[in-house]
Order: sequence, then C-alpha cells, then structure tokens
Amino acid sequence: MMRAALSVKQLRSPLAGPFDFELAAGACAAVSGPSGSGKSLFLRMIADLDPNEGEVFLGAVPRSSMPATRWRHNVVYVAAQSGWWADKVIDHFPPDCRARSTTLAERLGVPVDLLDAAVVRLSTGEKQRLALVRALVGEPAVLLLDEPTAALDEHAVTLTEALLRERLANGTSIVLVTHDPDQALRLGTRRYRMAAGKLEAA
Amino acid sequence: MNPISLTPIDIAIAASLILLDAALSLLLRLRLHVQILTAAMRMVVQLVAIGFVLRFVFSLDNPAATLLLVLLMVLVAGREVAARPEHRLRGYSHLVIGISSVGFATFTTALLALTTAIRPQPWYAPQYAIPLAGIILGNVLNSASLSLDSLLDTVRRERLGIEARLALGTSFHDAVAPFVRGAIRRGLLPIINQMSAAGVVTLPGIMTGQILAGLDPMEAVKYQILLMFLLSGGSGLSALAAAYMAAWRLTDERQRLRLDRLQ
Repeated sequence: MMRAALSVKQLRSPLAGPFDFELAAGACAAVSGPSGSGKSLFLRMIADLDPNEGEVFLGAVPRSSMPATRWRHNVVYVAAQSGWWADKVIDHFPPDCRARSTTLAERLGVPVDLLDAAVVRLSTGEKQRLALVRALVGEPAVLLLDEPTAALDEHAVTLTEALLRERLANGTSIVLVTHDPDQALRLGTRRYRMAAGKLEAA
Repeated sequence: MNPISLTPIDIAIAASLILLDAALSLLLRLRLHVQILTAAMRMVVQLVAIGFVLRFVFSLDNPAATLLLVLLMVLVAGREVAARPEHRLRGYSHLVIGISSVGFATFTTALLALTTAIRPQPWYAPQYAIPLAGIILGNVLNSASLSLDSLLDTVRRERLGIEARLALGTSFHDAVAPFVRGAIRRGLLPIINQMSAAGVVTLPGIMTGQILAGLDPMEAVKYQILLMFLLSGGSGLSALAAAYMAAWRLTDERQRLRLDRLQ
C-alpha cells in the first residue's frame, strides 16, 4: 500500500473525536452522517481552524512542525458556506493566477465575466463553485470539502465531480463531506459515517 | 492678570437657570425635572469633591500621590472603555485591554508634553500633570472605546470571510488587517472632527476657560493647539492599542479565529 498522504492520529476536541484516520495520495474519503454529528468539525480540526489535540501528518511531516499558515496552504478547507472578504470577485484570487482561475471557473460552468463582477452579484451556486476554484488554484496536497455541491444543479454537479476526479488522478487527496449517498459512491474510494462525533467505516 | 473670582451668589444666580429648566419641564410635561435636578446636584457634588481632592493632592506635592490619582483616573476610564462594546471578550482580558490602551496612550502623550513642551518645575508637578492627564484621558477613552467596539463588531460579522482567508493559508494578521485599520480609523474620526471644527464651529473648552480666567487669547490659543496635538496623538495610540490587543486576543498560536473568546 502507498504511504498515506494524510494521517490523523488521536485528533480530538471536547466536541468530537478522537479520530484516527488515513488517506492515501489520490484517494477520496467520503464522509456522511446526520447534521450536527461533527463532520464540519472534523474537517476544521484537520485544517487546524478549531482548537484540537492530537497530531496530523502530511506525508511524514507532522502538522505541529510547520506554521499554521503553511499547513493550511497545503491542506485547504472549503467551507459549506463560502466566505468573501473583498468587494470584487477577482480580488479573492491570487493576482498571478488569473488565467488559471478563469480556466477552472469555465470548467465549472461559471460565466467568466463574473470574475470581474461584484461578489454581491453572485448566486449561491456561483459562490460555491468560485470558492472551490479559489482553493484549487493553490494546488493543495489535500482538499477538505464541506458539501461542495450542495447548492448546485445537476449539470454543475457533474462538472464539479469531473474536475475533482481529475485532481484525484493527479494525486490530490480529498476528504469529502456529502449528504448525497450517490456522490459518496461516485467519488469516494472509501466511505465513512460520522455519528455523534465518532467516525466509522461504512 | 487675576481671574475674576466667583462668589457663591454668582453661582446661585446661574443655578436659577436649572430651576428654569425644571419649571419648563413641569410646564411642558417633559417629565425631566427630577432628572435635571439630580444631574445638576450630582455635577455640583462631583466637581466640588474633585476640587477638594485636587487641592489636597496639590498641597501634598508628592509624586507618588499624583501618580496614584492618575492611575485611579486611568482605571475608571479603562472600565468605561470596556463597558461600551456590544460584544465583549470573555474574562479579564476585556478590562485589561480597556485599561492598558487608555493608560498607555495617556502616559505616553502626557509624559511627552510634560518633559518637552510644558516643562513645569518639577515636570511632575501635580498642578500640570493631573489636569493634563485628565483631558487626555477624556479623549483617549472615546477613541479607544470606538476602536474596540468597531473591531469586535466587524470581526464577529466578517467571520466567514476571515476564516475563508485563514483556510487558504493567509496569516491571521493579514486576514484581520482591514478590520484593524477600520477600527483605528473609527477611533481617530472624533479628534479629526474636533480639529477641523476648532475655532470655526466651536471654541474649544480649554481655550474658553483660560480666556475667561483672564489669560491672553493668543496664549490660550497656543495652549489649545498644543492640546489638540496631544489629543490626536493620544487618540491614535489608544485606538491602535485597543484594536491590536483585541485582535491579538481573538487569535492563538495556530492563527485561528477564536470567536469563542467573545461573549
């Protein structure tokens, strides 16, 4: 077996865990479970956005050995509800990545002129896809996706899944929280169920 | 030139205006007469009390007593700063931020003025140090509380945007920088307004007081200008300190956004 790209050891907080979990390069772990069972918390703890104990490794490198910013650059969390911090859409993308951002947005079926629009003009689905593009342009080793297609129509879901599958083929690892059992089957190389803050193989 | 000393009768005549207000309130059923009378009484008692305290501390002429009184004033002002914001930090840190931001700004600017521009003999003479600290505190309280309130409020409202940036590997410092800037801006606006309006829209209180007390207008103006500079310096420092300390308190060693530290 390949060495794990992401390994989680005794990751816990007062609200969830402990989690022990391994993910190979190019693998996708699909996590489902009822609302409030700790799925988002699990992703946020891996990304180190919520206080937690335990250790997470990227390859052989422990999270605690690198600054939080570098960790989150490599292990990117994309929240279910996208956040925006500037007025214009384009200001949310690295200035030197415009061409790549445009290509990715196009592949997800987002009209490219929206990149120059104001954030307030975006629909929920457009926001969700552009937030994913924003995460993808940095080419992180691990993606932590919290219901990435919840607000999308069927066509957009197909486009998004195709792009994610391509990333998986290129070696990116994905932890995918999804409410859609079919999506878990389509993308997940392994499937898990979260219940009351505990993760179990499904 | 000696100031015209006020007699109790002079003040009693002016106090009749308070009775006029109260009568108006009764006549027009404003239901404010009790409040007007109690506020007026409170004001008189508080000012007479502080007059005695000042006279006492001036007569002691002891640096330790001066420092103690100034520290007491800082504590009260810091508490006011902490009391303003709608959203507060949990635990003591909120009060600590209030007190240290006004204390830091007041001491820095007052010491600068006392050791360079005003230079009384000795530089810590209570007649100069205490009123100066008082007027700086009054302003600094305002700017620190505006800045603190603005920072806590905007960071709380912009949680999604800040966390989205953190999740992409941006540092906490960069992610909250716009809100720290906004908070400092907010804290500086009152003094900018005050400076722009000075002499045109308003005659600043200190200057008016000094002219009434018999000082030459140009001397009074020079004092007022000096004070405005001190106040703007103090405002900037306290707004900066309040915003940065609050932002620092809202994160941890892993650069997370710790809104759980807000009440």
